[in-house]
Amino acid sequence: MTLPSPGTTQVPIGADLFTWPAEHPCLLGGKCPDCGIVTFPASKACPRCGHFGMDTKELARVGTVWTWTTQAFRPKHPYRAPGTDEDFEPFVLGYVELDGEVRVEAQLLVDPSDAHIGMEVELVIIPFCAGDGGDEVVTFAFAPRL
Amino acid sequence: MEVAIVGVGIHPFGRHDGISGSDMGAFATRQALRDAGVTWGDVQFAFGGSLAPILPGHDDAPMADTLVNDLGLTGIPFMNVANGCATAGSAVALGASAIESGAFDVGVAVGFDKHPRGHFSAGAGMAGIGTWFGEQGFMVTTQFFAMKIQRYMHDFGVSRDTLAKVAAKAYRNGALNPNAWRRKPLSEEEILGSRMINDPLTQYMFCSPDEGAAAIVMCRADIAHRFTDRPVYLRAATLRTRRFGSFEVYSPWLPVERAPSPVVDAAAAAFEMAGVSPSDVDVAQLQDSESGAELMHMAETGLCADGDQEAMIQAGETEIGGRLPINTDGGLIANGEPIGASGMRQFHEIVLQLRGDAGERQVPGNPRVGFTQVYGAPGIGACAVLTT
Repeated sequence: MTLPSPGTTQVPIGADLFTWPAEHPCLLGGKCPDCGIVTFPASKACPRCGHFGMDTKELARVGTVWTWTTQAFRPKHPYRAPGTDEDFEPFVLGYVELDGEVRVEAQLLVDPSDAHIGMEVELVIIPFCAGDGGDEVVTFAFAPRL
Repeated sequence: MEVAIVGVGIHPFGRHDGISGSDMGAFATRQALRDAGVTWGDVQFAFGGSLAPILPGHDDAPMADTLVNDLGLTGIPFMNVANGCATAGSAVALGASAIESGAFDVGVAVGFDKHPRGHFSAGAGMAGIGTWFGEQGFMVTTQFFAMKIQRYMHDFGVSRDTLAKVAAKAYRNGALNPNAWRRKPLSEEEILGSRMINDPLTQYMFCSPDEGAAAIVMCRADIAHRFTDRPVYLRAATLRTRRFGSFEVYSPWLPVERAPSPVVDAAAAAFEMAGVSPSDVDVAQLQDSESGAELMHMAETGLCADGDQEAMIQAGETEIGGRLPINTDGGLIANGEPIGASGMRQFHEIVLQLRGDAGERQVPGNPRVGFTQVYGAPGIGACAVLTT
């Protein structure tokens, strides 16, 4: 979790993705009141049974890496992080299994040589790019559990 | 299924400045018509695929049905097919159904595309996902391939060296194929040492977007001998989409319960429809968008069990002279992927192999059963079984 710089407003990269601002932020999923599956983010209808209307569910803040890869070159549009092809720093991303109920794709704040399946990680909210009118856009990621 | 393939044609894959996608499509179609000994006027229907017109920023690319401008305005029904990387497999399956319905005797399935470098980018909106997904750099198809094989290697004990062997085979086979784009053999060391794209996949393990076309003439099986004394029979052509729990590209999340890939469903249906077993297959063409895809598709199609690939590939069993030759023309890795044409190239290759016309890359021992498989976003599998 990063505290905002004085005078800037932190805006989540998407609406209803995670609780923010919050001391212990968590991702906001959907839970089907009928068949019980959990989605991220919440959807209008259940992709498994078709039930219309999902309950909001706060997802677990810690989980384990189910799979991962590296992104070695700067993604093309619509990638919004600042920088250029030349100064791009490769990042790690993966799917994190949360509480045995859903796997969420996210950036993993880990060195590629340390990334592995099964590693324990924890949700963090990080500054991502500049937003409108001096706002700072923040997004979710997972970092190794300390 | 009572359908035969009596003519095949191909325009070389690669980069062809000054030649349009539809020029290549018409070239391949004319070649297929000559091969079948028919004229465009004999053709009663066509299914054609070209993805370029529906990809972002290329709305000036021709739709497949514009081919009639070159081939002749005969008034036949010509259906445009757009089904991602499974476009050609879909066109063949639809064409076969049209013949099986009894409505038609002779038709054409054709695919072409002309993609510039890096054409396979997509916006999140196109995939029905919030813009935040692409803004974070996750609308990158190669990440999906890498994460799927990363997990597969963990679960079933596949080595990075085996990934390199799959690509080395593709380049070696491509060198034997005059229509291939990449015709220079590359060593496993060169492949492993090329630029990392998405761990564990390096640059030379991937196919690239390019240009090309392929076409087939299909007809009722009982009239095939009017056109050729060496028909290849299409015993099954199937198409399936993803079920809940299948691991697919552009997924912000996955359920913990896992369903088989649509390739598993399409392959099982194809073998059942054809009445042949995966162990009967003598030569196969699989979707090798990258090394890992070929390897995983071997198991998804039932050609081997999960985890068998490591020993099979290390022993050379998927080479042209091996027990189960795969991607004998170099596959996508050596031919690139003009999306609409890619699956049609697989049919072209299997027909040549089953006729014994594959030249330097001919599978020895008179192969009698061939198999094709394509896989595309957002979770489509198409498979076919062909026999002499």
